Amino acid sequence: MSDGLRNSLLFGAVALLIVGAGVIQGANTALLIVNMGLISAIMAIGVNLQWGFAGLFNIGVMGFVALGGLAAVLIAMPPTTEAWAAGGLGVIVALLLGAATVVLAVLVRLRMPKGPLRLLAMLVILIGGFFLYRSVFDPATSAVEAVNPAGTGYLGGLGLPVIIGWPVGGLLAAGAAWLVGKTALGLRSDYLAIATLGIAEITISVLKNEDWLARGVKNVVGLPRPVPYEVDLQASEGFVQAAADFGMDPVIASALVVKLAYAALFTAVLVVVLVGAQLALKSPWGRMMRAIRDNETAAEAMGKDVTRRHLQIFVLGSAVVGVAGAMMTTLDAQLTPGTYQPLRFTFLIWVMVIVGGSGNNFGSVLGGFLIWFLWVEVEPMGHVLMSLVTSGMADDSAIKANLLDSAAHMRMLTMGLVLLLVLRFFPRGLIPEK
Amino acid sequence: MDALNALVALTNFVIVPAVAYGSQLALGALGVTLVYGILRFSNFAHGDTMAFGAMIVVLVTWGLQGAGVSIDPLPTALLAIPFGILGTIVLVLITDRLVYRFYRAQKAKPVILVIVSMGVMFIMNGIVRFIIGPGDQRFADGERFIVSARDFKEWSGLAEPLAIRTTQGITVVTAVIVVALLFWFLGRTRTGKSMRAYSDNEDLALLSGINPERVVMVTWIIVAALATIAGTLYGLDKSFKPFVYFQLLLPIFASAIVGGLGNPLGAIAGGYLIAFAEVAITYPLKKVLGYLLPESLAPDGLVQLLSTDYKFAVSFVILLIVLLFKPTGLFDGRAH
Repeated sequence: MSDGLRNSLLFGAVALLIVGAGVIQGANTALLIVNMGLISAIMAIGVNLQWGFAGLFNIGVMGFVALGGLAAVLIAMPPTTEAWAAGGLGVIVALLLGAATVVLAVLVRLRMPKGPLRLLAMLVILIGGFFLYRSVFDPATSAVEAVNPAGTGYLGGLGLPVIIGWPVGGLLAAGAAWLVGKTALGLRSDYLAIATLGIAEITISVLKNEDWLARGVKNVVGLPRPVPYEVDLQASEGFVQAAADFGMDPVIASALVVKLAYAALFTAVLVVVLVGAQLALKSPWGRMMRAIRDNETAAEAMGKDVTRRHLQIFVLGSAVVGVAGAMMTTLDAQLTPGTYQPLRFTFLIWVMVIVGGSGNNFGSVLGGFLIWFLWVEVEPMGHVLMSLVTSGMADDSAIKANLLDSAAHMRMLTMGLVLLLVLRFFPRGLIPEK
Repeated sequence: MDALNALVALTNFVIVPAVAYGSQLALGALGVTLVYGILRFSNFAHGDTMAFGAMIVVLVTWGLQGAGVSIDPLPTALLAIPFGILGTIVLVLITDRLVYRFYRAQKAKPVILVIVSMGVMFIMNGIVRFIIGPGDQRFADGERFIVSARDFKEWSGLAEPLAIRTTQGITVVTAVIVVALLFWFLGRTRTGKSMRAYSDNEDLALLSGINPERVVMVTWIIVAALATIAGTLYGLDKSFKPFVYFQLLLPIFASAIVGGLGNPLGAIAGGYLIAFAEVAITYPLKKVLGYLLPESLAPDGLVQLLSTDYKFAVSFVILLIVLLFKPTGLFDGRAH
């Protein structure tokens, strides 16, 4: 069987699974899976760029997803003018002071001769800068957070169309990745893993605690949409008429149309990212990346700047993940820092890449859809399974109740099992790298 | 008197909690560092191994409490620890047989083993949630305090209270015993010496007739015991919640790396360093400074350098600094 046919069959099988879910649980559920599947596929391509192309072990995916989400909020939400008046200037001055402190410390480290004097100067700058920064920052943020804390209590965004937030999310993630890469990329793979894990946790704690930025755990809800609202569609006569022509209830039709519109937008982004990644893979640059991945020493001996190339692809991959993060926040229409968990946003994406086939972009897309489908559907399937297993037991049995409750945790088990089985029996994934 | 009050406040809010937390981190980091030294990969499933061990202890403790067994004033959980260790040993040995052994035989790259351990982490996490659920579980009983705040105030006549919880005392005592046993084992017994030899130079150890599978098995048994004890102590001190153990991974790895991966002594030092830094930097020092400084200089803010929610950031920054300036850790680890 040729590779092309085999791959088409695999994609067909996943499509069939989703259509099957649509038949059993309704088109709405199937479209929900498709939309998140599209986003997952983009995230998986981002991770595949780093791991599959370059062998960089990044387990801080969650942090870049969250940064993308933050960008969507900062671009799309209307600005809170009162809060800007109360403390906007202070916050900006404080942030500039903080940045200046770090830059100054780095300059001192680079310019002064090595010795205790340099260490002392750096310490003085860092500690003094920290207190200066806090003395400006703290009153400014409390002023911002005091403005209507139940409704806003943050600086708000720029009030621009949310789609602009997607590339900005990529830029924000890229900036963070540059900082991380600069410090951590020279390290061994295990250390890079821990470093990225740490950065992701810190990003989430910043989002949770800095209320002035994006309301923290109070969540930003009601992000403006790039597609029409269901109610508006239902109010439009043309739409109701069109729905009636198809023989559909306008309420159901509007929900489907909105989801289809999202799906069209996401597909467009996926196609751009996928084509870009494929072109990159087949270009001399892509071949160089794989050469570096397979033998760093040899590539370095050939005159390739391994560290710079690593930094480059680390930033690129993170940017792709950031774009996907912004898209996800747009789809949810809310930013909820409390729901960002590494198992869901880092390790699940890794399962997608490994299962799909690391090093193969189409594999990542397939893995994204397949694993997302499983993630969503394992729970209902688990319920069915548990009801079957427990059907013989008495209704008041504690074991039965426990088993039924625990069906919700089947996802973790399934994901781990899928990952281990694929690693053991198909170590190159469903669609192996060519 | 003021200096004494400041010292008591510092002890109460920083030193006592940090010593207890540091002991828990040190035990966790010892497990990570042993796996790294012998099996040569960073075990991401360690946090969830701790959760599994602690879960069995919680279940057995409930059973014992139900049966009316008690060693008041000590918590019943201490009686349950051996059962937890046994259960965890069974789990990790099965995991090793079914999962890790295959890759060991293949001489797979360490990073592949790390990814494999991610899969194991998912499964263990699932098992724990499956059995006990994701919620908070309380299983501590017995006397709550060794030194209660009121008694201390009456006894010393100071303005500042000092409280030491039983769990904190037990944590430190247990950690000291466990570490002493571990070092005796590694340094004095034949098996322990063969483990160190294997860790230092695998080929040489194989040549001198050390059975690698036996070394690996003993390592997993010790790691299971360490993980269970660390998990239980943490659960007793704070509370048992499966997800928290995953979050402990970062400070635990930070401790192991800061001390030098593969070096047991380093793991202990790293654990206390991280714990002290976390607690001291996130604790509002207003009270302590208030006693020490003259009234005119007394701080008006809380003098809390970072809010407690940023404690991850503390361990992370220390980790980064050590990695950048001394990549092999403070005590030379075997990672180069």
